[in-house]
Amino acid sequence: MSAAHESTRKPRLYGIIAEFSDPNDLVVAAQRTHEAGYRRIDAFTPYPIEELAEAMGIHHTILPLLVLIGGIIGLVGGISLQYWTSAVDYPLNVGGKPFFSWPAFLPVTFETTVLLAALTAVFGMLALNGLPMPYHPVFSAPRFALASRDRFFLCIEASDPKFDLDDTTRFLQRLQPRAISEVED
Amino acid sequence: MTGGTTREDQAPIIGPGHTLRSVTDKISSVVLAQQTPKGWYVGFGIGFALLMLLLVSLTYLILMGTGIWGINNPVGWGFAIINLVWWIGIGHAGTLISAILLLVRQDWRTSINRFAEAMTLFAVACAAIFPLAHMGRPWLAYWLFPYPNTMAMWPNFRSPLVWDVFAIGTYATVSLLFWYVGLIPDLATLRDRSQTRTGRFVYGLLAMGWRGSARHWFRYETAYLLLAGLSTPLVVSVHTIVSFDFAVGIIPGWHATIFPPYFVAGAIFAGFAMVLIIAIPLRRVYGLDDFITMRHLDNMARVMLATGMFVCYGYMMEAFMAFYSANTFEEYMIRNRFAGPYAPWYWLLIACNAGSIQFLWFEKVRSNTLALFAIACVVSVGMWLERFIIVVTSLHRDFLPSSWGMYYPTFWDWSTYIGTMGLFLTLLMLFIRYLPMISIFEMRTLVPEAEVKPLEESGEEIA
Repeated sequence: MSAAHESTRKPRLYGIIAEFSDPNDLVVAAQRTHEAGYRRIDAFTPYPIEELAEAMGIHHTILPLLVLIGGIIGLVGGISLQYWTSAVDYPLNVGGKPFFSWPAFLPVTFETTVLLAALTAVFGMLALNGLPMPYHPVFSAPRFALASRDRFFLCIEASDPKFDLDDTTRFLQRLQPRAISEVED
Repeated sequence: MTGGTTREDQAPIIGPGHTLRSVTDKISSVVLAQQTPKGWYVGFGIGFALLMLLLVSLTYLILMGTGIWGINNPVGWGFAIINLVWWIGIGHAGTLISAILLLVRQDWRTSINRFAEAMTLFAVACAAIFPLAHMGRPWLAYWLFPYPNTMAMWPNFRSPLVWDVFAIGTYATVSLLFWYVGLIPDLATLRDRSQTRTGRFVYGLLAMGWRGSARHWFRYETAYLLLAGLSTPLVVSVHTIVSFDFAVGIIPGWHATIFPPYFVAGAIFAGFAMVLIIAIPLRRVYGLDDFITMRHLDNMARVMLATGMFVCYGYMMEAFMAFYSANTFEEYMIRNRFAGPYAPWYWLLIACNAGSIQFLWFEKVRSNTLALFAIACVVSVGMWLERFIIVVTSLHRDFLPSSWGMYYPTFWDWSTYIGTMGLFLTLLMLFIRYLPMISIFEMRTLVPEAEVKPLEESGEEIA
């Protein structure tokens, strides 16, 4: 039923993807694409390339700020937990120490700080990246499986304001990729 | 770690002639290939048999209680605590390699960090069994956590044993996250290269849809660096807190300020020995000499030598402070170690940890895999003996001669200990079989083909 339904609907275009076999070509292409004013672009590489992020104008992520906030929550939470349990809810005299014997509470406070910061780093990174996302349109691009081996891809999305099927295709061709293909949504 | 030598001075960290493709195919073929080397079956068989021994031992323990062990009054902390400290210590090398060497830009870490991190996880799993079993009523282990309960009680946060729960709990969690985050891009590679439906499904599920997007990589690298930065103080804190279990007590031989650094150095020492014990057979069986090169083994041997010398300093300071303190009980403690009933084990420990590593000064020894393997085994035994001496000699004769006693491990002590080695080996073998044991995406960054020219040059070309 759903197959019949899909066949009647013309698939929307997600974008145009260009394929490169050399990381240098990709970085140059990404830089030119960014300079040409395209903003909804993405590149796909088998390993992180610092220069590529720079070429695409990716300079900033709020992840470190989130991690700092996570760490502060862990710190305040850890020390409050120990203060409340040891000095408020059930004050217990242990070896004549004060109820709020804060130096003895530092190890646990340190651990809760690190724990919360690390959890924020991992789950924050995944959330900002929109993962898990089992399917994405670019997966249907030809030879895209090689993006996790030795092939490099650059995609200009159809939702970019500057996007025009013919112009953008011609623009990408000038960057001399191995191949160009349309990606359907 | 290895001084100010630059990359150019030394042997390469990856064999010549490798490309993005060859690195990917070589490492992923270990997992995806249909045939498994015979050595794997031998390792898994031994590990699994010993794992069954662990199950029998723990079942019998739960039925009978801790009376089946050799612990008694005055030695209430027998094998359980010795093995806990030994296993946790082994785990530390994994975090050191993955976090600290990353921060100090030692790129030779790349081919060994993955399985060293796995080793950390499995060692922590083995370690965690012991305090749980030592509780006597392990089904009440949740009492350790601060949760509102009908007894209206809370853990005593002034106790190092409660600190331990938080330290080891955090360490296990963060190590797992670090390891998994490192695996995500490689799981995507396995998803894309797997020939079977099951493989594509399972690896695809675990890879969470990773597609190597530049925007993702940017946040990924940030997160990875932050995790490394967080793990570095964490790993130091864990063995520091483990050492507080002893140092905060007033027992002679435990109440020492040198314990935290001495324990951390000992942990890294033991951990690198274990990395060598795993790496040397692994590169032989799977032919990974191009990735785990002689330079890696040499560097690890140097780290072992350096941390081993820290540990030797600890031994000397323990003895020195015992006499210098002019405290009768401290002095007796060290005399008892030197010449008491456990003296042969003390001297064996010194021979293993201080003696055997002196061979590592020689390049000839460091470049001989068999010799390195043997020394690493000796060091592992030595580090276990060190914990035995610390736990047992201090407890068995403390202040009052009327409460002195002897400690002898029983069959069940040994079977539980050897059983956890089975758990470790089983988990390690399953890891090697089903996950990439070397970080594929990080290895890709090391091949010459992966190098990208700085952006300024290409920018000028355009202009």
